[in-house]
Parts: sequence; C-alpha cells; structure tokens
Amino acid sequence: MSSDLGDLYQEVILDHNRKPRNFGELAGANRRAEGYNPLCGDRITVFVDLEGDAVKDIRFQGSGCAISKASASMMTETMKGRTRAQAEALFLEFHRLLTEDGAVPDPKALGKLVVFSGVREFPVRVKCATLAWHTLRAALQNAQGVATTE
Amino acid sequence: MTVARDLRAAGARGTRAAFDVRAIREDFPVLHQTVFGKPLVYLDNAATAQKPRAVIDAITRFYTLDNSNIHRGLHALSERATAAYEESRAKARRFLHAAEDREIIFVRGTTEAINLVAHSYGRPHLGAGDEVLITAMEHHSNIVPWQILCEEKGARLRIAPIDDSGALRLDEFERLLTERTRIVSVPHVSNALGTINPVRRIVEMAHQRDVPVLVDGAQAAPHLPIDVRELGCDFYALSGHKMFGPTGIGVLYGRADLLEAMPPYQGGGDMIASVTFEKTTYNRLPHKFEAGTPHIAGVIGLGAAIDYLEGIDAAGRMAHEDDLLKYATEKITALPRVRLIGTAREKTSVLSFVVDGVHPHDIGTILDRDGIAIRAGHHCAQPLMDRFGVPATARASLALYNTREEIDALAAGIGKVLEIFR
Repeated sequence: MSSDLGDLYQEVILDHNRKPRNFGELAGANRRAEGYNPLCGDRITVFVDLEGDAVKDIRFQGSGCAISKASASMMTETMKGRTRAQAEALFLEFHRLLTEDGAVPDPKALGKLVVFSGVREFPVRVKCATLAWHTLRAALQNAQGVATTE
Repeated sequence: MTVARDLRAAGARGTRAAFDVRAIREDFPVLHQTVFGKPLVYLDNAATAQKPRAVIDAITRFYTLDNSNIHRGLHALSERATAAYEESRAKARRFLHAAEDREIIFVRGTTEAINLVAHSYGRPHLGAGDEVLITAMEHHSNIVPWQILCEEKGARLRIAPIDDSGALRLDEFERLLTERTRIVSVPHVSNALGTINPVRRIVEMAHQRDVPVLVDGAQAAPHLPIDVRELGCDFYALSGHKMFGPTGIGVLYGRADLLEAMPPYQGGGDMIASVTFEKTTYNRLPHKFEAGTPHIAGVIGLGAAIDYLEGIDAAGRMAHEDDLLKYATEKITALPRVRLIGTAREKTSVLSFVVDGVHPHDIGTILDRDGIAIRAGHHCAQPLMDRFGVPATARASLALYNTREEIDALAAGIGKVLEIFR
C-alpha cells in the first residue's frame, strides 16, 4: 500500500467503518438533522438528545464510504457530554485539521480524531470526512436541520 | 505510423488496416503519462472519452488558420469556416445514416438534444392525462426534461421496468404503451449497466401506436454502428465528447417532417429568415434549431472524430471491444466479494460492480493511487441504483484503446481494495 493510502485507511478508521459505534436511531432524540453530499449521494442522519446545553446522547445512521462512516462514528464517541460551545470548537479544530496546509493537529483537543489527518492528501475526500460534522452542527443550531456539503 | 495516418496515406475509405490496439494508443497523447508514478489506466470512458491527435489538431488548425463566424461572412475565412462546419454536418449525417443533412441539428450534447425534443415536440403534443414512456435504466438527462414537461402539462411519466440482469422487460414496455402515450424515449446503451436495448423492436411497438421514439445514443455512438433509418427511430441524440470528439457539442437527428412541424427551441441569430418588431420568419432546417453563434470549433472537432472512427476497421474494433468486455467480466467476477451489476445478454463496454463491505468511493480512491481512473457514484442514474438496492457502484468503462494488460491492472487494484478492507 502506498504510504498515502496507509495514512488514509488507518486501522482505527477501518475498524469504525466495519463496526460503527452509536449507529441507529436514537429514541429520545430532541434534535435531528439530515446531511447530504450531492456529489456522491451519501446521506446521513444525526440524532441528538440535548439536555440543557449539553449533548447527553448522540447516534447516527446512513450509508457512506469508510471515511464518512468512521468520521461519524468517532464524532459521536467524542461528543457525548460536550456543551454546544465545546462541540463548535471541536468542529472548527477538526475542520482545520482536514483543510489547512501544514496545520499541526492539537492532540489534546482532537484526541484520536487525529487519525483523519491523512485525508488532507485526498482533497476530494474532505467532504466525506466532514459530512457528519456539518450535520451535527445543523442539529445543534436548529431543532430540525438539513446540512449539505455544498 | 498509426492506423489513422496509414489510412490517410492510403487515401481510401475502403482499404483499412487490421485493428491494432498498440497503434491506436499512439493516436491518443493523453494516454502516455503516469499518475502517482504508475502508467495511466483510463477506464472512465463512459464519462468522457479521450481525444485522438487528429481531433486536437483539427481544433488547433481551425483556431490557428480559419477562425471566423459562419453563414454570414463574405470573406475567405468565413467561407472556409462555413464550409468546414457544414462538411461536419454531412459527416454526422453519414455516421448516423440519415437521409438528409438538414435532419442533423448541432446541439451542446445529448442533454440539450433531449431538452430540445421535450420542448419543441413534447410541449405542443402533450396534454393533461397524456403519457411519456421511458425506462428504468435512464440517465437523469432522459428523466428530468420529461418530468418538467409532464409537470407543466399535467401529464404522466411512465417507467418500463427492467429485469435483474438489467435488460428491458419488453412485455411490460408493450403493456405500458397506451392510447395516451405521446412519446417514447429510451437509451440505446445504458450508461450505468452497458445494456444494449432492442431499439428496432421498441420502435416497431411504438410505431404501431403512432408514437414517435427518441433514442439517447450517448453511450452507443463510440461502440455500435448506428443507422437511424434501419432503427426506424424518429429522433436520435448523441454527445461528441463520448465518441472521442470535444465537449460541448452533440447532434440531434430528427426526421425532417417532424422537425419541420416543430417550433424553434431558442430564438436568436442564425435561426431567422427575417425579423421585424412585428413578426419574425424562421430560417429553414437545420438552422431553425441552431440559434446564435454555434460551437464552430467543436463541430469541426466532432467531424474529425467521425473521420477518425470511420478510418478504423469497424469489425476489428468491435471484436477487440467484445474481447475486452468478456475478459474483464471473467477477471472481475472471479474476485471474491465482487458482484457485477448489469449482466444483460446484450451489453457493451461497461462494468458496474460493488464489493461487499466496501463503498465504491473507497474503491475509486485506492485505484486512483494506482493510476487507474474509474467512476464511483450513482452515474446520474439514482432510480437505477435504487432498483438494484445499492447507493452507488464502481464503474469501469472501456474504449477502443484499452488493453487486456489494463484489465489486469484493474483486477490487481481491486485485489488491493480487498486487502485493505479485509
């Protein structure tokens, strides 16, 4: 495997693709949003149980490539217990990791999400990695949201 | 010397060299490059085909020596440009075996051709409760123009189903032809499956009910011989860029009597005989449907692409393409976890496939790093993807310049996909 591909398809990502965490509808959700990438047709729904200002529980469902599924799966793991402001800060940090040339990932802020740094070498795949995040953002901003990567 | 140049040297249409894929590849400059350090393997031909040197040169020559507007100039350049433009029309007429040059309308591509027919034939002929009949294997370009029309007219879009192999259910098609059907529109070859439709039979059925038939020939033109009179169809649409010509140019063939009776699609220059503020008289065919300065260089490039195709031994080319499809089908279906979508008995040049546990986009990315270009996605045929219960497929599509070695590279690339996604 070329090293670029190895950086993209890291074992953690492949594992989350195979066994996505927090996958399926969330019964008690009071927020939900649909995400759509018109370029590839990927669709995702993010469900959030927002208690006060904090994410009490979060799940997702949909279909997509390994990058989008793993990103959604790891996002749900990271988001539990965070406030909306913390979620927004993490979104911006994650986005910077994927899009900014020479961005030095902050492992303290990102934790294991740094495995997505390899996506930067594959510009057409950045939208795959951010679809779930845009969708979560829409869910946290409005009770019923629709996010698109375009 | 390449096949095409040999032929020009021979100077005769009848004496064609035997098909030699190595010589053909020499005619396509873009093929001779590496991508991520690997030789380019271009298998995205159904999206757009590469251009032979002859087409590139024809366009360069036009802009270098003859560039001028057409149909109005009194000077030498305009005369040369007009002659070359109209010569391409004659070439397109011969390519499609149409009866008359005025039945050849230059458009931007298949999409515009279908929109033209929907607008200029469909609108005056459709009323509330009438029906348009298409198939379940359409490209979006043969769905959406009819949806727009049906919505405007209160008409109904009917869909002839396909079987699990991706072949049209002719019995169902015939059942869906009713006294309310006003037009039928079908693909000659499916872009996502490669299925070749029995167009002659479809036309016979439709004509029994006096329903005209439009054929979307975008995917057929680079592969199959096309004879619109033998097919009996009323309209035939194709895109230059899929048959080794430039983008932004295509052809609508229409039967002269139908085109004569149709109102213009767009108004503007060139499509008029005379204009006053009170009344405009339209130009005669084909100019009535070619408003504005057309894509002159594109038309000339398309003419060069037709010359190029016709300079190649057709039987040898088709035998090569058949062999490649058969070889690729065997190679790909022999791989574990790989399923081919589209296995109709009559098919050409397209291998749509899915790999168990791997999204097509990941397949596309991994192959790309091996220099292999395929398409991954819904292929502008979302209803067809729904029919097969997949969100997307990976699609390798072949052209005359592809080789068995490239198919081996594809199979090895898919092997790598299987390795990464265990």
